[in-house]
Amino acid sequence: MSDQTPADAALPAAVADLIGRVQYETLGDFPVEQGYIATSCASVENGNPLFWDPKVASALTNGPIAPPTMISVWFRPHHWAPGRTEEALPLQVHFDLKAAFDLPEAVMTDNTIVFHDPVRPGDVLTTRQILRSVSGPKTTKLGTGRFWVIDVEYLNQHDALVGVETYTGFGYRRDAS
Amino acid sequence: MTPAAATMLLGDVHAGDRVADLAYDVTATTIVLGALAARDWRPMHHDYDFAVHRNGTQNIFMNTPNQAAWFERYVTDWTGPTGRLGRMKFRMLGSVYPGDRMVFSASVESVTTDAVGCGWAHLLVTLAVEGETKTHCSVAVALPTSRDDNPWDRRGEHWLP
Repeated sequence: MSDQTPADAALPAAVADLIGRVQYETLGDFPVEQGYIATSCASVENGNPLFWDPKVASALTNGPIAPPTMISVWFRPHHWAPGRTEEALPLQVHFDLKAAFDLPEAVMTDNTIVFHDPVRPGDVLTTRQILRSVSGPKTTKLGTGRFWVIDVEYLNQHDALVGVETYTGFGYRRDAS
Repeated sequence: MTPAAATMLLGDVHAGDRVADLAYDVTATTIVLGALAARDWRPMHHDYDFAVHRNGTQNIFMNTPNQAAWFERYVTDWTGPTGRLGRMKFRMLGSVYPGDRMVFSASVESVTTDAVGCGWAHLLVTLAVEGETKTHCSVAVALPTSRDDNPWDRRGEHWLP
């Protein structure tokens, strides 16, 4: 959103201090796997032979790769895990901001993905989140809240950058009607 | 490697070219399958009551990663497997619900070659329902510049998306 201000004077210090700071550097729970690649391709009826024909993958990409847009799939936590007592949330910075501003609802409005080295079955990715900006209070048709921009960087087990996602979220409270 | 003879090359593409439309009838299964394929367990993508009564939307709706997967499918249906996505930026203006007929359309905005010789087609892709744009998406996709070129071979300083 064009009206976001990286250092909005009205931001609480605890939030302003987080802008530009690397947070939640996390190793993926599981390796990139072929079955999920097929499930994702099936969900959008993607017949690209790179993801279905090992001969094509061998010739073009030196072996199987995952669809580039699956990049966020590999760091989303399981819905449940043994011994876990708190809900694990992807894009934790987003949920931290909802809590910090007491905004119960949120949607994503913009998403930019830059793709670097291909992700391959067996890779274990590391992610890290960086808050880039938080707007002042805004009112939209959904309600009143704030926009924020978060980068998520992804690296593979060789520390090669495989992608960067930039999310714009809008946390809000529905207006009383 | 040398791409197949039918491979789309950069020289085959020109600013103003149109990509054939893709129409798809969305069902609740489309939304739920897409969310679960993306490991997105949030209830607004599978729970009607939550979506309507908590989020204030008219139904469950397609999640962001699944929209990205649809855009990728649409673009690489056009380029073939040698097309390599470099950058995708999209803005959602409205939600996609069960019962909608999604129509993807695109045009080539420009064709460029970068400083390291990688060829790029820059597309503006639109996802619309009943003529109303729900999401627009800018895509930079690398294409072979010759039959001896394969964008997937590029790494490090030779890949500048």
